[in-house]
Amino acid sequence: MRRRVIFPNKVLPYLLLAPQLAITLVFFFWPAVQAIYWSVLIQDPFGLRTEFVWLENFRTILTDPLYLGSIQVTVIFSLAVAALAMGFALLFAVMADMKIRGVRAYRTLLMWPYAVAPAVAASLWLFIFHPSIGIIGRKLNDMGILWDYKLNGTQALLLVILASAWKQVSYNFLFFLAGLQAIPKSLVEAASMDAGPARRFRSIIFPLLSPTTFFLLVVNMVYAFFDTFGVIHALTGGGPAKATETLIYKVYTDGVVNIDLGSSSAQSVILMVVVITLTALQFRFIERKVHY
Amino acid sequence: MTRNFRLSRIALLAAGIALIVSLAAPGVEAQQKVQVEFWHGLSQPEGGILEKVVSDFNASQGKYQVNATFKGSYPETMVAAIAAFRAGNAPQIVQMFEVGTAIMMAAKGAVKPVYELMKEAGVPFDPKAYVSAVRAYYSTSDGRMLSMPFNSSTPITWYNKDAFKKAGLDSEKPPKTWEETREAAKKIKAANAAACGYTMAWPTWTQFENFSAIHNVPLATKANGLDGLDAELKVNSPLHVKHLQTLMDMHKEGSFKYGGRDGAGNSLFTSGECAIIHASSGMRARVVSEAKFNWGVTMLPYYKGTPGAPKNSIIGGASFWVMTSPRRTPEEYKAVAEFFGYLARPEVDAKWHMDTGYVPITLAGFALASGQGYYIKNPGTDLAFRQLTLTEPTANSRGLRLGNMPEIRVVMQEEMEKAFQGQQTAKQALDSTVQRGNTILRNFERTNRQ
Repeated sequence: MRRRVIFPNKVLPYLLLAPQLAITLVFFFWPAVQAIYWSVLIQDPFGLRTEFVWLENFRTILTDPLYLGSIQVTVIFSLAVAALAMGFALLFAVMADMKIRGVRAYRTLLMWPYAVAPAVAASLWLFIFHPSIGIIGRKLNDMGILWDYKLNGTQALLLVILASAWKQVSYNFLFFLAGLQAIPKSLVEAASMDAGPARRFRSIIFPLLSPTTFFLLVVNMVYAFFDTFGVIHALTGGGPAKATETLIYKVYTDGVVNIDLGSSSAQSVILMVVVITLTALQFRFIERKVHY
Repeated sequence: MTRNFRLSRIALLAAGIALIVSLAAPGVEAQQKVQVEFWHGLSQPEGGILEKVVSDFNASQGKYQVNATFKGSYPETMVAAIAAFRAGNAPQIVQMFEVGTAIMMAAKGAVKPVYELMKEAGVPFDPKAYVSAVRAYYSTSDGRMLSMPFNSSTPITWYNKDAFKKAGLDSEKPPKTWEETREAAKKIKAANAAACGYTMAWPTWTQFENFSAIHNVPLATKANGLDGLDAELKVNSPLHVKHLQTLMDMHKEGSFKYGGRDGAGNSLFTSGECAIIHASSGMRARVVSEAKFNWGVTMLPYYKGTPGAPKNSIIGGASFWVMTSPRRTPEEYKAVAEFFGYLARPEVDAKWHMDTGYVPITLAGFALASGQGYYIKNPGTDLAFRQLTLTEPTANSRGLRLGNMPEIRVVMQEEMEKAFQGQQTAKQALDSTVQRGNTILRNFERTNRQ
């Protein structure tokens, strides 16, 4: 059959794209536009009275010490989750790339946490670490360590970081493993004549992994900013005393619990701008260092 | 086609038609009854008992059908109702917790006031049949009832009689004052009669809202908001600071364990972990079914020497609000009115009270339960009612009606948690609460100015 360079049918491509575009329009653009519209209004919960207030919501948020505290929590949280998730995933990928007995079983088991829904993962960690009913939680208290993440903010933050990172390790592991397996074996073998495993990793393997690492950095950052909502909601509810209230969680608390729709919409607009900027910065500067 | 093939296709078609008809048939039947959607926020076991009340109403007549749906906790139910209203799809009835009252009252246009509903539907309704603490909470200042009270509770002290005995305390003489409560908790912890001495559920409701009412000090100006939208919080008074300091000291010495926000503390008592708890009288159904120890109840404690204390406590729980919708018909309103008329019957009120531990909200309901000898057979079940009607309500104990109270409660809980962690003093916690809370109140006042 002769291969054609030009696709003849004019309508079919649009028809095929239409469902996905429709979903993107309805579930992404429409809410985003509405959030931008609501961010310049002050309204009562039922929408019976609205008042146009320009940028007052933004001004109130950016001068609110609680919002700045939430930014601090988010930065610590995201850096920790990204570092833990990527670090452990790389370690496991390197180990799972070796020819050892049962390596297939290890790979399969390492991938399973990804299939667990965030709220379910949070419940699992709750049943392990709850001070009264958790296996490890009870043991810690029996040993004399005052473990109560419902009152101790640092412990609560630690717990949500662990639970969130745990979920993301599988995803990173998969990509790192694929990246490692794409490195030509001949290269590694040649290097093994001159260098030990650590030097090989530092000079050959890690640089060649850089496209994967860069991609995962972007994905992990977006994950830590947005997709960790489920874990935080099920484990700590943003508490105690806002110790685990990340920016996305604050959007939920102000919008859904306190029904302050103007403030919540303004916060989500700010969050959108922040993540777009961070992603753009990453592509501009870090991508330069990526070797393809 | 072979004969077998054709027969099997006919059989399949017939089965399909039969399935569709059987699915549609009850739908056809249901079309003839007026449907009322009722969203509630009561989890088990109270939710199941409420749904039984609803199905009793449905069975008692053939014109209306109320469909009860559990929508999650009270805050979740409120958010669901607001979202539904914005989508033009509000349920006819929604159960709204008492601290959402200010939000609902300010939502003129989204709710249909009960006095108007009952009058238009021609269903007899007498507000004076209700206990005055309950009536005042849900009415305007000139006595017009805006929502239908149903499950009202008040917090009481529950205590573990077995743990008391084990600690050498008299299980028939529970603590009356805060000083005695602290002593008892310390003794219980020291004797290891229970893992923890004292805890509470709904921390703000028991430790600030009812505390203020019982000690006859204001929680906020303007009679706790009942008299105006320009109320300001007064929860950083010396007595409040003293109380939070006491709780912090008890936390440090190990006699008090913080159970968490909202109703999380309940399970600490029912599991036997904590021997004394300040929790809703409505927890009774849960205690009866879960507690594996002898238990008793008593009134909430007060600080010795407080002038005028103890006064009556204030209600918690929820009431039923009627929501408007662009598609509402007069028949639907009539159905709701008939349902409310059914709920107001003394026997329904008394049965609900006896099954759950919520207080009887009509005077006739209380009289009925009394006449049946219920309080003699079940000592302590009239305690909540007696505490609610202990004295004539003062300006500080008529109830409260603060805008965005759910948000203010979150603020209070956050500041309390920081104080328990040792991150701030009691005075700092309550000053911060007042400052943040007043901002919330001013925002509410601004968006709801008439």
